[in-house]
Amino acid sequence: MEKPMSYESEDHLNLKATELRLGLPGRDESDKQSSPSAKNNKRTSPEMEGVLYAENEEQDCTPPPKAQVVGWPPVRSYRKNCFQPKKIEADASGVYVKVSMDGAPYLRKIDLNVYKSYPELLKALENMFKCTIGVYSERDGYDGSDYAPIYEDKDGDWMLVGDVPWDMFSTSCKRMRIMKGSEAKGLGCL
Amino acid sequence: MSEDRAEMSEDGGESSSPSSATKPRGCDVSGGGDYLSPSADQVLDNVLDNVLLFLTSRRDRNAASLVSKSWWRAEALTREELFIGNCYAVSPRRVTERFRRVRAVTLKGKPRFADFNLMPPNWGAHFAPWVAAMGHRYRALEKLCLKRMRVKDEDLELLARSFPCFKELVLVCCDGFGTSGLAMVASKCRQLRVLDLTEDDVIDDEVDWISCFPEGETSLESLIFDCVDCLIDFEALEQLVTRSPSLKKLRLNRYVNIGQLYRLMIQAPQLTHLGTGSFSPSEIVAQGDQEPDYVSAFAACRSLVCLSGFREITSDYLPAIYPVCANLTSLNFSYANISAEQLIPVIRHCHKLQILWVLDSVCDEGLHAVAATCKDLRELRVFPVDAREDGEAPVSDVGLLAISEGCSKLQSILYFCQRMTNAAVIAMSKNCPDIVVFRLCIMGRHQPDHITDEPMDEGFGAIVKNCKKLTRLAVSGLLTDRAFSYIGQYGKLVRTLSVAFAGNSDMGLKYVLEGCPRLQKLEIRDSPFGDSALHSGLHHYYNMRFLWMSSCKLTRQGCKEIAQRLPRLVVEVINGSEEDEMEDDFFDVLYMYRSLEGPRADAPRFVTIL
Repeated sequence: MEKPMSYESEDHLNLKATELRLGLPGRDESDKQSSPSAKNNKRTSPEMEGVLYAENEEQDCTPPPKAQVVGWPPVRSYRKNCFQPKKIEADASGVYVKVSMDGAPYLRKIDLNVYKSYPELLKALENMFKCTIGVYSERDGYDGSDYAPIYEDKDGDWMLVGDVPWDMFSTSCKRMRIMKGSEAKGLGCL
Repeated sequence: MSEDRAEMSEDGGESSSPSSATKPRGCDVSGGGDYLSPSADQVLDNVLDNVLLFLTSRRDRNAASLVSKSWWRAEALTREELFIGNCYAVSPRRVTERFRRVRAVTLKGKPRFADFNLMPPNWGAHFAPWVAAMGHRYRALEKLCLKRMRVKDEDLELLARSFPCFKELVLVCCDGFGTSGLAMVASKCRQLRVLDLTEDDVIDDEVDWISCFPEGETSLESLIFDCVDCLIDFEALEQLVTRSPSLKKLRLNRYVNIGQLYRLMIQAPQLTHLGTGSFSPSEIVAQGDQEPDYVSAFAACRSLVCLSGFREITSDYLPAIYPVCANLTSLNFSYANISAEQLIPVIRHCHKLQILWVLDSVCDEGLHAVAATCKDLRELRVFPVDAREDGEAPVSDVGLLAISEGCSKLQSILYFCQRMTNAAVIAMSKNCPDIVVFRLCIMGRHQPDHITDEPMDEGFGAIVKNCKKLTRLAVSGLLTDRAFSYIGQYGKLVRTLSVAFAGNSDMGLKYVLEGCPRLQKLEIRDSPFGDSALHSGLHHYYNMRFLWMSSCKLTRQGCKEIAQRLPRLVVEVINGSEEDEMEDDFFDVLYMYRSLEGPRADAPRFVTIL
């Protein structure tokens, strides 16, 4: 299962023989690190593993990750597949926040980490609640829209969504409310 | 062939022995002298039948069946529980012809290493021929327990139709069926008491099987479906629980959220075993609703002794279980990625705990807390969150040592880690003399003692030497032949041995095959044992349930010689990948087992029987 012969087929120029490379002579680079994928049922034989480790030591200081071996460690796949990275819980003042909308009987819950910016968030809210929130402006807020989003921050104050930079918002938002536009006008006075 | 007889029935693990089917042994009571009248004979037979009814242990029954022909007959007619450890060791026909009045059957199929993708999935272990045969002969069947069998929906349908008294179905690590099959069982088994599905791979046919239970009060005592990864109709489940007054065991899947769990718990405070489902809230919460009082729901379950689930845990809710902790004997957190900090307030209360399954996310520190409180602990399993060889594992020799110092009654341990020392293992061997099952998995292959850099030989040696009741052992880490010499020398009661990436030479396997008279199940992968070692077990293979060797140094010729020497052994060589052609000499897996039936007819293409 060895050796692309392409170099050696070039007439008298045995380029491969004079090729500068790291690693043990007589082995081709291309069959290192074989079969790491789970789909492939083939596994490295004990002899090959020995060679892999020897090569790695020669090459550089940071050994590449070991080729994962089929069925090792012996954990059944439904257990292996179970774990998502640990959810960051609500002690970081609001990653999962409840969102209520005036007139709707049910709250929703969203993960602010999923969104990277206000437009993304507002679009998602519009989709979720089937409403129009419109565009934020620094001067007029959401004037002219049917609805305006507000949020409660760490200090317990209700603020208009969009006033502070996104990062500050996403770490200080504890919950949100989508207020009817007519009531939102009142915020302009604060 | 005569030595087959004694050897094949010695173990007592199999329900049928070839000898009894062929020749009687010893004195034949019914043959008697002239002075025994026929009626005395009948009296003796009646007495025998009645006495044998009291024999429940299958080993005792196997022994009794060898006494004489009439004992054999009487035993066959009175055996109600059948245990078949390898579905290919004996055929359904032979079993159903010998044992006529069976009410309970346990049947096991695939070898355990198949769980780890070491051979293609369609190897065999089909339930179909069994249900067909039993459907004819065992109309009074009440209980069925299958492990690692391929069960199809049609099989479940046939089961549901064939056994009018059917009461208990337990499926462990099975696959091939879906929610349609479950629906059949639910709707047609009118006397169903137990439906336990554990670690099965269930196909989602989107059939609402929970709704298929019949109307009216049910006799359900146990409903375990945490492995069934399909949406269910919660309303139907709630109604089912409400009309099942005998329900004691309920294990929910992850699609049941904590709010729904609450509703079920208040309907069933008599539960003794509860699997909590996701243990986190749904995303949709009715506005204005208060959170239910979870604490009081748990407090109302005064009989709760076994808690599991926590499949997608929101740890804020963990304090809800405090009221039941003091009574718990079994706690399964092995799906809950919780830290030491989150575990400690819970475990502090669990004074009566005997069985604990956790993830290594609890760290050595969490294990310290376990050791400090759970003085009655019998079984501990620590699973890895990150099941990779070069992952970070936050438990180590430190945690193992702590457990050994705190839990002296420990009988069974399964421990995954990245770092271990001989000292900790030796300490456990001395502190926990009652250990029966010791399974240590150091996840990095060939890892030595991380402090001394020595092989792990002395640690495992101490286990076999000091734990005099040890019957099951799984080894790992850097091991030389010396470790195996210890096992052969001291492991006289060992029945099951699992070996991976260990040993130096054939001597390793020889020590074990020559030294362990009780060895039943031997599974080895990626170890340098060859034909000569395989040969050294010839005297013993008929006493074993199976031998598995994969990626070792065996040749096809060597295996063929075994097959020729031992005609009652089925020697399968298996190609690891379904697509590949079986090259001449190369094979991935040797799987061999004793059998009364010879080569099986249902072997797939990638299996060759020598």
